[in-house]
Amino acid sequence: MRLTDEEQAMLAGAAGEPRRWAIQHQIAVGEFFDAADLVPVSQAHIMADTESLGEAGVRFLEDLAAAPETERRVRIPTLTDPRGLDFQTYKRLGQTEAMAALESRAIVALKAFGVLMTDTCINYQTIMPPTRGEHLAMGDTGVVIYSNSVFGARSNFEGGPSALAAALTGRTPRYGYHLDEHRRATRRFRLDVQPRDLSEWGALGGMIGRECGSYWEVPLIEGIEAAPGSDALKHFGAAMASYGSTALFRIPGMTAESSNLDRRPLAGMPAGRRRSGIETISRADLDAFIAAYGAAGDKVDVVVFAAPHLSLVEMAAVADALAARRVHPETTLLVATSPEIKHAADRIGLTRRIEETGAVVAAGICFYQSYAGEMAAANGWKRLATNSAKLVNIIGGYGYQPTLLSLERCVDSAVAGRVV
Amino acid sequence: MSIMLRCHKGIGPAVTGTALVAKDNFSARYDLDRKAGTFSRPTHALAGQSYAGKILVLDQAKGGVATAWMLHEMKSSGVVPLALVFNRVNPILAQGAAFGGVTLVDRFEGDATDLIRTGDRLRIDPAAGTVEILNR
Repeated sequence: MRLTDEEQAMLAGAAGEPRRWAIQHQIAVGEFFDAADLVPVSQAHIMADTESLGEAGVRFLEDLAAAPETERRVRIPTLTDPRGLDFQTYKRLGQTEAMAALESRAIVALKAFGVLMTDTCINYQTIMPPTRGEHLAMGDTGVVIYSNSVFGARSNFEGGPSALAAALTGRTPRYGYHLDEHRRATRRFRLDVQPRDLSEWGALGGMIGRECGSYWEVPLIEGIEAAPGSDALKHFGAAMASYGSTALFRIPGMTAESSNLDRRPLAGMPAGRRRSGIETISRADLDAFIAAYGAAGDKVDVVVFAAPHLSLVEMAAVADALAARRVHPETTLLVATSPEIKHAADRIGLTRRIEETGAVVAAGICFYQSYAGEMAAANGWKRLATNSAKLVNIIGGYGYQPTLLSLERCVDSAVAGRVV
Repeated sequence: MSIMLRCHKGIGPAVTGTALVAKDNFSARYDLDRKAGTFSRPTHALAGQSYAGKILVLDQAKGGVATAWMLHEMKSSGVVPLALVFNRVNPILAQGAAFGGVTLVDRFEGDATDLIRTGDRLRIDPAAGTVEILNR
């Protein structure tokens, strides 16, 4: 990789151990992907929940954060993805003091770097929307796909260590979605169906992601009749990234870069995976995808609105759907949003309207990143209902039986105590 | 007797071990019981099987960002695959392997999940970009 004099000095340790570690990590990753050089980035976003950090990851952060302040401070605005635990709600959710203690240690370490503890996966809605052509180091697959697709910004999936490295060096290896050549559409889909709500937008994203099945595929989607809006594209992209590891989609006339269609197969893909032509998705296809998770009549243990965090508009929709009814005593209804939206919901009165029904509103956690397996064991949870296709995809690995319903049916199920 | 497969230059130390192969994808968060060291996602082709100490040979890396931290934690607990061999990975798996010091290679001439069989003895040299099947 080509390095500037400043980067060479960082690698030699002249800017301290944290930046030496960071650039050495970035060179290893950059060389794996044949990056020619490093590109300056304007923001970093770190996924650093303690469930995935573990004791080893927290210790790594603490060791790095012990460097002198000038050596450890981040060089660009650096945000955090949701945390493993909300200190206001963890006891109600069956999380432990040991989890809280580990979380506290991680927060102290991250703050020592000068990281802004935003604790959200909807920073593009609530903190600082990216702009077209802006190079970023975003650390949440839903944030990356939304930033790349809707705004035309440029980011790869940056895992926690790599996003921290980008924060410390102010740059990232130039490969993947930083380059024009990877941003061309490689697959075409045509919709014969218009999704009716957020759960269906997520399901549609999940279907396209599963079909693409690779980080290096870029789907172009035709046949969407009206601009879906931010929350729909949020669920659509997050599910696509979850099911397919997809990082960029194009909707002609709606996403930032939509006219540049090139179905050239990517180098390195096994020949059997190359496809051409247009794949059509019908109402029957969408219904079948959702029906695969169906569980009508089953007792429901936990209803979750999260993954991604709820916007203020979604918070209002949950409050309206609850309509002052009581959540069933044997069912937990959990709503997860960002600290910013939680503050707004408190001020506007939405939190009170939701919590008066017996529901829990948590800030800065996103459920699946929050010791979901341990919460299931502690609370006896098995059957989960949600309107998030992304959550449905993830949570099976934690021992849950997920079912995908509209927001209204999720709320009705929470009230009834069974899937309605 | 051996078969030499060529791939892109990889990450991590050279290792020798036994292959566990499936035509499926991989995410540490979505698919694994990381304490037991088994595939926990019921729909995964390797559901119920142990990955500890094995060379995992799979198609693609998928899904969440968490794998980048998790390989490091898995390595420190000792319940970790010996190496990862994929047709094509996403950045997260490469970042996780680099951070955790886990051997990773991808981009073969052909489909690695056809070329390699479960039980094969493999020697992986990431710096050279080679995987040698020692038993055939």
